Amino acid sequence: MNATEALQPIQPAKLVVKDVSKSFTTRRGWLQALDCVSLTVNEGEFVCLVGPSGCGKSTLLNLIAGLDTPDSGELVSDGQPIKGTGRERMVMFQEHALFPWLDVLGNVLFGLKLKPNLTPKDRIEVARYYLHLVGLERFAHANIHELSGGMKQRVALARALAPNPRVLLMDEPFAALDAMTREQLYDDLQLIWEKRKKTIIFVTHNVREAVCLGDRVILFSPNPGRIREEFKVTLPRSRDINSVELASMATEITRQLKAYTRPAEPAEPSHTAAPSAA
Amino acid sequence: MKRIIVAVCFFAALIAVWQSLVTAGVYSPVLLPAPNQVGHYLLNALADGELQSAAWITTKRLAIGYSIGCAIGLPLGLMTARSKYLSDTIGVLALGLQTLPSVCWVPLALLWFGQSEAAMLFVVIMGTLWSVLIAVDNGVKNLPPIYTRAARTMGSKGIHTLVRVVLPASLPYVISGMKQGWAFAWRSLMAAEIYVTIIGGYGLGHLLHFGRELNAMDQVIGVIFVIVLIGLLADKILFSPWEKFLHRRWGTASN
Ligand SMILES: Nc1ncnc2c1ncn2[C@@H]1O[C@H](COP(=O)(O)OP(=O)(O)O)[C@@H](O)[C@H]1O
Ligand SMILES: [Mg+2]
Repeated sequence: MNATEALQPIQPAKLVVKDVSKSFTTRRGWLQALDCVSLTVNEGEFVCLVGPSGCGKSTLLNLIAGLDTPDSGELVSDGQPIKGTGRERMVMFQEHALFPWLDVLGNVLFGLKLKPNLTPKDRIEVARYYLHLVGLERFAHANIHELSGGMKQRVALARALAPNPRVLLMDEPFAALDAMTREQLYDDLQLIWEKRKKTIIFVTHNVREAVCLGDRVILFSPNPGRIREEFKVTLPRSRDINSVELASMATEITRQLKAYTRPAEPAEPSHTAAPSAA
Repeated sequence: MKRIIVAVCFFAALIAVWQSLVTAGVYSPVLLPAPNQVGHYLLNALADGELQSAAWITTKRLAIGYSIGCAIGLPLGLMTARSKYLSDTIGVLALGLQTLPSVCWVPLALLWFGQSEAAMLFVVIMGTLWSVLIAVDNGVKNLPPIYTRAARTMGSKGIHTLVRVVLPASLPYVISGMKQGWAFAWRSLMAAEIYVTIIGGYGLGHLLHFGRELNAMDQVIGVIFVIVLIGLLADKILFSPWEKFLHRRWGTASN
């Protein structure tokens, strides 16, 4: 394989989650994080999972990533049962999770170095392409601590894209950023998604963000974590987070979300607080 | 440049104070020789090769013992951090032995190994090993799990994760542990050399000891000077580059 081949767009994968349950035993007792969750994400689809914190969104993402195993149910990627992590499913975490002992280029190269059949020169070419894609080619040799929060997440995005995965799993990647930085990233992420053709699952607790990015928005409710509702977003792309249509759709979804997250018997106050939606 | 001038001035002033104390005759010249006498001793000892050979022998002992100590301590620390059983056994043992001042190994080494090179090595290894082990163990245990999780998603596992993620991520701990191990080893080796005369070769500690026996204060001060110099050099050569790397990458305070 050479760099040009490594950069060819790859066929996005179809994900099937079927009747997946997951519980944790914590110090405070037993906790049902996911209860019989089923979800199908089509090839190249951009799906947003929304819900207040504690409703199992990260748990589901970790299961799809293969970082964790479900108690019951099935997880299938492109017809193959998911057993452990795989380079075709890359993850972007809320904390950038970049390695401080490597510079920016070194971080993007990390996953590429584990990819066989590439010469060191090809790897660097591929890494530079993705740094260019996220607009940071000038910062190839910067140290991680020198970057702003938004730049760190851009590097994390480049690092996740570099091994050319079929699926991109994003766990509240922009939650810690300021609004201006975030809006720029919405535009860039939509462009990159169209260019690189990935299946994306994007977790957020920000409804407006979900409507801006997703083809579909899926609502979760906590205690136990369940899928409650889903909305197709048919607004034309590329979407502007400040547009009126988008805002009114977000308002409607938020209204429904609130109904689900104010249950009669609040099991855990912290988990049932009103969502901090946009 | 300015910093160099300041440093040079400081040490020049120090020598000047020393010289003036000698000139004023505050202390007996037997107890406090003049700076030039010490310089004279150092030149003589250099000329007949005594100093170089002692410094070489000491450094060699230290280098070998320290390398062995690190080579055992590093993997052991990785293992104790990852296994509860090893942590409860070797980890606890290391914690206990690390609190033992490393000089205390000298009498034990003498009884076990006699007045031999092995005794010297043993003391240096004991000084190094436990500090390094505990530092690595600490570093790995305090590792944010997000690093290994991120690495796993990128296809890293087993030895690769250990060498490419766990070890570099705990580098700040590892380096400070290795530095402490070096300090302990250096101190205990000096103690061993002062107390133990061995046939194998005389190190700097021995020169110090002979200086005392001969009441040769110029020798004692001269050798101390060399010992300090070696300590400084080791710090600059062995650890400074790593500390600069840590400052650069982690963005911690730098000078
Ligand atoms: N490793 C774990 N151990 C114990 N409890 C966990 C663990 N991971 C998640 N949980 C619990 O499972 C629930 C769902 O968590 P999570 O998936 O992180 O929610 P979300 O990402 O939607 O905020 C929470 O109540 C959380 O405390
Ligand atoms: Mg979460």
